[in-house]
Amino acid sequence: MSDQQLQDNGLTELDRRIVLATQQGLPLTSKPYHAISDQLGLDVDLVQQRLRHLLACGVIRRIGAVPNHYKLGYRANGMSVWDVDDEQVDELGARVGRLDFVSHAYLRPRHLPDWPYNLFAMVHGRNHEEVTRKVDLIAEILGDAKRHYDVLLSTRILKKTGLRLLPEARSAEPDTAVA
Amino acid sequence: MDNLDRDIINRLQGGFPICDRPYQHIAEQLETTEDELIARLRAMIDDGRLSRFGPLYNVEKMGGSFVLCAMCVPSDVFDEVAERVNALPQVAHNYQRSHRLNMWFVLATESAEEISAVVDTIQGETGLVVYQFPKLDEYYIGLQLAV
Repeated sequence: MSDQQLQDNGLTELDRRIVLATQQGLPLTSKPYHAISDQLGLDVDLVQQRLRHLLACGVIRRIGAVPNHYKLGYRANGMSVWDVDDEQVDELGARVGRLDFVSHAYLRPRHLPDWPYNLFAMVHGRNHEEVTRKVDLIAEILGDAKRHYDVLLSTRILKKTGLRLLPEARSAEPDTAVA
Repeated sequence: MDNLDRDIINRLQGGFPICDRPYQHIAEQLETTEDELIARLRAMIDDGRLSRFGPLYNVEKMGGSFVLCAMCVPSDVFDEVAERVNALPQVAHNYQRSHRLNMWFVLATESAEEISAVVDTIQGETGLVVYQFPKLDEYYIGLQLAV
């Protein structure tokens, strides 16, 4: 198979090898991209070119550091959830998403009647009181466009790993993937 | 945690260059040395202040799926259910939260079909309903945590 041929998941085989080699992190050596290309037996210019391409097309959001909020003193997070008027949610969601204490803001489906909320905004703070104060600021921004809201505080981290591609594509064999 | 550690975290949330000596490039901006920057990064990864350092991949752009899910888990079986859910490699993170829907986890898979397969597995193993909250729109991602 050609390296440029797309796999089912939209990546070329070459890109997939680069993802597998970097998803645990970038090597902490003076020439990290050389280390990756040596490991893969590829030319370093090609690796850098593919990484630039993956950045440009959004497969890589960014290359950088992911702080562990908890270890850095941001011990509380609250998933604030809002029932916002459908006509206004896009504009207001964008405003909420730009707040510096909001890490993610998404539009998600309601599950009526149990779950009336369509806007989710993750809020980080040093403790639950700080989270609550920040949620109050969001409430002000949303004003009359919101009907109900709630804050789901994190009471325990049960698991935190992030994405891991497995070395072999599993989509063809869902039974073994979840066994 | 000194000022250099803070500067490194704040600077490196914004992006990292693709060039032959990227650490050297950033070190100059932060008025430190390449060796010192690498040593600080290694220390912060080792003690957990940084969850990771490297490319952050967007699963959807790779044809994969990322779906937030929630369950209402009775307290007497909570830990047992958490263990079963966490055992699945497609579960990226999982939080206990203060709500009737008290277990919230994210499924990250390489295909949309695999999401349904994993949801079926969880519902089959636990006998509980999995509510799915797929992302319909994304307003902004990327906390610039000031430390």
